[in-house]
Amino acid sequence: MTNTMQSNSLAIEVTDLTVAYQEKPVLWDVDFNVPQGVLLAIVGPNGAGKSTLIKTILGLVKPVAGRILVLGAQYQARKQLIAYVPQRSSVDWDFPTNVLDVVLMGRYGHLGWIRRPSPKDKKLAIECLERVGMADFAGRQISQLSGGQQQRVFLARAFIQEASIYLMDEPFAGVDATTEKSIIELLREIKKSGKTVICVHHDLETLKEYFDWVMLLNVRRVSLGPIATALTPENLKRAYGGRALFLDQKGDTRV
Amino acid sequence: MFEHVFHLIASNYTLQIVTLGALILGITAGALGAFAVLREQSLLGDAISHATLPGVGLAFLITQDKSPLTLLIGAGIAGWLGTICVKLITQSTRVTKDAALGIILSVFFGFGLVIITIVQKLPTATKAGLDKFLFGNAATLLKEDVVTMTYLSSIVLLLLILFWKEFKLLTFDNDFFKSLGLPFHIFDILLTTLIVSAIILGLQTVGVVLMSAMIVAPAAAARQWTDRLGVMVILSSFLGALCCVAGAITSSIIPNMPTGPIITVYLSLTVIISLFLAPHRGLVWDWIRIFHQRAMIESASILQNLLILSESHTDPFHPHEAAVLKTLGTDTLRRNITKLVRAGLIKQYPGNLISLTPLGLKKAKVLTHNLHTESQRLI
Repeated sequence: MTNTMQSNSLAIEVTDLTVAYQEKPVLWDVDFNVPQGVLLAIVGPNGAGKSTLIKTILGLVKPVAGRILVLGAQYQARKQLIAYVPQRSSVDWDFPTNVLDVVLMGRYGHLGWIRRPSPKDKKLAIECLERVGMADFAGRQISQLSGGQQQRVFLARAFIQEASIYLMDEPFAGVDATTEKSIIELLREIKKSGKTVICVHHDLETLKEYFDWVMLLNVRRVSLGPIATALTPENLKRAYGGRALFLDQKGDTRV
Repeated sequence: MFEHVFHLIASNYTLQIVTLGALILGITAGALGAFAVLREQSLLGDAISHATLPGVGLAFLITQDKSPLTLLIGAGIAGWLGTICVKLITQSTRVTKDAALGIILSVFFGFGLVIITIVQKLPTATKAGLDKFLFGNAATLLKEDVVTMTYLSSIVLLLLILFWKEFKLLTFDNDFFKSLGLPFHIFDILLTTLIVSAIILGLQTVGVVLMSAMIVAPAAAARQWTDRLGVMVILSSFLGALCCVAGAITSSIIPNMPTGPIITVYLSLTVIISLFLAPHRGLVWDWIRIFHQRAMIESASILQNLLILSESHTDPFHPHEAAVLKTLGTDTLRRNITKLVRAGLIKQYPGNLISLTPLGLKKAKVLTHNLHTESQRLI
């Protein structure tokens, strides 16, 4: 694969995607294309399938039907170009390891079997920790981190992957306002360098301020596009259904 | 005592074999146990070890051969089947994981007991001694058993070292592992297989009933003492080997003492000591810390309340009855007051009267000031 081919192709291309847990469909016939270089928020009510969508793109969940292309190819062929930031609560933070070690885990996909991280990898890890403002914590046991610090360690682990596409599952969940601001600054930096960021997001208030693209999702894809065109009151109503009244007011004032 | 034991081992060939076997078992079970515990698979270890019993019996019934390799292969297959059954039940039905573990453990174990009982009644099996697989009998370890154990253990530990970083990531964050495009299922099966191997390694020495203690206890104890995975695995191996060797020797010296239970006694001691005394994570240090904090808060509130009381007097060192502090909600424990007197922060007068000293006044003002700034910072 040449670089020119990659730069021409879409970041993510999803066709007819259906995912079900047991007999209950979580995603139903979802189609969408995400171009490169956007900062995209996936929003929708609880149980809309936001996390599932990200996990399916990453190959963690097997779809019932559908096709997913990442930068114009299958996931396995593109795995080194994708970085994943899972939900903070998905791991045991009492695991016996330190911050530097967690960041280095982001290199494992590049290292190959048996080989251990080199001094060069460690230098890179420290640089990534500096970017998220956590360099002083490199030797810190991970159980001693606050929620915001945990999230920044996960971001550093994604940065060290040197990916083109970043998939993040609620990177703002349970972090304070200052950390939230510094995280969004980092995401903007990534976007500026032409990379793609896709976040599961919960807060409609900050949507417009933080992101430039949005996908409204509720089992089916409701809308996708630049915020100005995709985030209309009608679309919000379609995505949030019964809770439309409350959201209507919000939509009127903000959209 | 120790000299006596060393002398006994040096002069006794059987004991040398037993010690060596226990050493190999302890190291391997301790190392793999660390991963079982961190993956929250401790109970899976218990289910697997019980599930190996029918394999031992069937292997003998089919081959009429009681060589360790045959029986251990049988045990391994049965343990493996048990593991797969647990996975299938949890994945394809709505039975919860703990129920699935309970089902597999009891079904396989019950079936195993039936087979062992039948085998014991066969004329060909009078000396098969399959009952040792229940509670373990280290004294029956032969040189060929230890040789088999050494090979198996070397393979297991070598794989663990080779795929260290993969196993570490798999245990810490399996979604991230998959997102890197690494083959999750292969490594998941490999790690489980290594844990099964560590279990069957101990069947003859510790027995199926208590083998899970050899997997869980050293790891749980080791976790208390360190925050690093590598150190935890080495320490777990060391503690496992220590308890296993001590137990095997004890049971070989005392007639009719099964090895599994005595090893478990040593393991329990190790776990109890670690739970209570390990630095940072030990319960005793928690208690001491809480006790000190409480005393500090109580002392601080005595000083602050004396400051408040003194503000209604022109003399800031005006003595007050200790009982007044009680009405302000301060617990005026005698030991706190004695401590403050000794620190020169308050002065005690006859009749249970106390007052601030100049030093105490300063300290009380600092405490109050800090409290204000702290609460403002929080708001």
